[in-house]
Amino acid sequence: MFVFLIFPILVILPLSFNAGEYFTFTPEMLRLDPAGFSLKHYKDFFFNTDWRVATFNSFRIAPLATLIAVAFGTLAAIGLSQSHVPYRRAIMAILISPMIVPLIISAAGMYFFYSRIGLQGTYIGVVLAHAALGIPFVIITVTATLVGFDKSLTRASASLGAGPVRTFWKVQMPLILPGVISGALFAFITSFDEVVVVLFVGSASLKTMPWEMFNGLREQISPTILAVATVLVTLSILLLATVELLRRRSERLRGVSAA
Amino acid sequence: MRALLLIAPLLIFVLVTFVSPIVDMLFRSVENGIVTEILPHSTSALKDWNSERDELPGEAVFRGLYVDMVIAVKRRQHTRVGSRLNYEAAGIASVFRKTGRSLRKVDVDAFVRHFTDLHPDWENRAFWEGVFSDPAAAGVLPNSSRTFDAWSQDFAKPEDPVPEDFVYVALAGELRGLDASDLSGFGQPYAGMLAEAARTIGRLDEISLKQEFLQLDSEWSAATLWKTIKIFSPPLTEAYFLNAVDMKKGIEGVERKSEAERIYLVIFGRTFVMSVTITLACIFLGYPVAYFLARLPLRKANLFLILVLLPFWTSLLVRTSAWKVLLQQEGVINDILVAVGIVDDSARLVMINNQFGTIVAMTHILLPFMILPLFSVMKTIPPDFVRAAKSLGADAFTAFRRVYFPQSLPGIGAGSVLVFILAIGYYITPELVGGIKGTFISNRIAYHISTSLNWGLAAALGTLLLMAVLLLYWVYDRIVGIDNVKLG
Repeated sequence: MFVFLIFPILVILPLSFNAGEYFTFTPEMLRLDPAGFSLKHYKDFFFNTDWRVATFNSFRIAPLATLIAVAFGTLAAIGLSQSHVPYRRAIMAILISPMIVPLIISAAGMYFFYSRIGLQGTYIGVVLAHAALGIPFVIITVTATLVGFDKSLTRASASLGAGPVRTFWKVQMPLILPGVISGALFAFITSFDEVVVVLFVGSASLKTMPWEMFNGLREQISPTILAVATVLVTLSILLLATVELLRRRSERLRGVSAA
Repeated sequence: MRALLLIAPLLIFVLVTFVSPIVDMLFRSVENGIVTEILPHSTSALKDWNSERDELPGEAVFRGLYVDMVIAVKRRQHTRVGSRLNYEAAGIASVFRKTGRSLRKVDVDAFVRHFTDLHPDWENRAFWEGVFSDPAAAGVLPNSSRTFDAWSQDFAKPEDPVPEDFVYVALAGELRGLDASDLSGFGQPYAGMLAEAARTIGRLDEISLKQEFLQLDSEWSAATLWKTIKIFSPPLTEAYFLNAVDMKKGIEGVERKSEAERIYLVIFGRTFVMSVTITLACIFLGYPVAYFLARLPLRKANLFLILVLLPFWTSLLVRTSAWKVLLQQEGVINDILVAVGIVDDSARLVMINNQFGTIVAMTHILLPFMILPLFSVMKTIPPDFVRAAKSLGADAFTAFRRVYFPQSLPGIGAGSVLVFILAIGYYITPELVGGIKGTFISNRIAYHISTSLNWGLAAALGTLLLMAVLLLYWVYDRIVGIDNVKLG
């Protein structure tokens, strides 16, 4: 079963070093003949203009979208965690909805609406759309860290003369930071991986890496995609490791036992 | 209060960037302003036309049509209304296109002369401006008023001294049936001049714009065309929704489409069946994995959990391309099968660009969403219960079936709803590995947005899909609670 989960991802790694032009294992590769392997698809990824533009766009959109999602999301999560919030369920449902609504529907709606207000095909439009998609993840992770938050800490801080802002930065923030960061990573990966909304809200000059991959898979099949895929898998391993470390740290900080 | 202040910025942000687009989509699925917007005179004249009798509309409608078409052609909108109506009855788009091209051939000199022969002032733009700036104009002659404004504001150059022909046609059309008393609200000299023009307006009855239009395109004599325009005049329509469930608003009311045109129910059905299949496959594959993980000591379980989380964190496109590599005819699986000798080289299996490809790839992609909730439920099941059952004489299978399995049901429920919700809305994977037979309703929605440009239908299909998802979401909330959604 674990093979089923992991094998498809592993299988693309060797193929990305394929010296041929197709998605298949060549006889040379199976014989482990060095001639069957090459880095040319990586070269293509790093030096081809289309891919460079796409990489640039991805790194231009995702961080800003993440920043917006995290800034608004963290504030709201703190608000939501307070004891008496009217219409809490309704608000939560609205904030989580971008995660629940199928992407094609969000994309369709955004395409219609953003065309009306002149945001369709703009950088800002894509950033706002991606921020909206990332928000549920920030809300969920930050609320989760706030569940075990000891309220007496903020009261203690206040009794020692700190204002609400100072208390937030000095007491609350360090404790919820792991949640904030892993929310940010989720938001980042959401934007970084997202293709449906970009296809509709974006334009040719805003092609991102997933867009380019999607096109590649649909039209010209080149192993460069597998090279990109390998780079992305490496990136996801790094992100996964970070989130895991943060989760452990958070549990330690909040005194929740690791069991 | 402070809590709300903290929430407000995000709430507003989500309402603007996300909720309004969805509302916009819902609105578009019933919106039909385009026909009355572009053909205001024809549609208002059509109100008096009885579509039950198989007669062509009267001259009033054709006069309206002339005015509408002139304005629409100037604004390049006639093809838009043509293609809108073409969704309902094929062929209308070409009628509008053809008529738009040769509209100049329609002879309306008689209308102009009717006024200018009465008084030369009717050739004077300033005089017309006087007529329509009269307070009575908007109430008594609304259509002509709007037509003249459209001409003077949008089309006329400042130095044009005489209104264009279509303005005369509009006024003539509206004066038909009015008499001096109707026009007495106007100031002088306008009331007198209009009444004079109205008194003799019957003279124009012998001019038949109907004949002129029939000469441009004989299709204008088709009652179906007019009935279609009349049916789709109201600003709101249920037509897109009917279309989305393979019905149509026919001339005799709502009816099913002909057999060959029924496609959406099939695709909805296919989306549903394939999503159920994927969910079941996820249960069968995910349950043993979660069970295995839950029984491992924590440290080891965390290690194996990474094997589940890695696919979860890997780009969707990476996983889809992996399946393309594996499943294609020259792909890894076929190569292995040929090498082992199970399959002949000439009879390689077709596993991609069909339903099988979509189901396999999506099961893999959605499997973590089944394993994670299952695992979190199974972790909480104390092993003592099963041990107790065994000590009371149950064999391993009975203990599992009667004790462990019922306790893990909430996990199956949560995982299934989650996987199913995600599956029915999937777009990318079916698009890339689904071919023609393995595509979902989302692919049709995308097609109507970007290729066929039938946005209303896309919105209606989207709304139906959204309803299904919201219903499931509500179920999910009942079983698990939104607050309990966990990530990794």
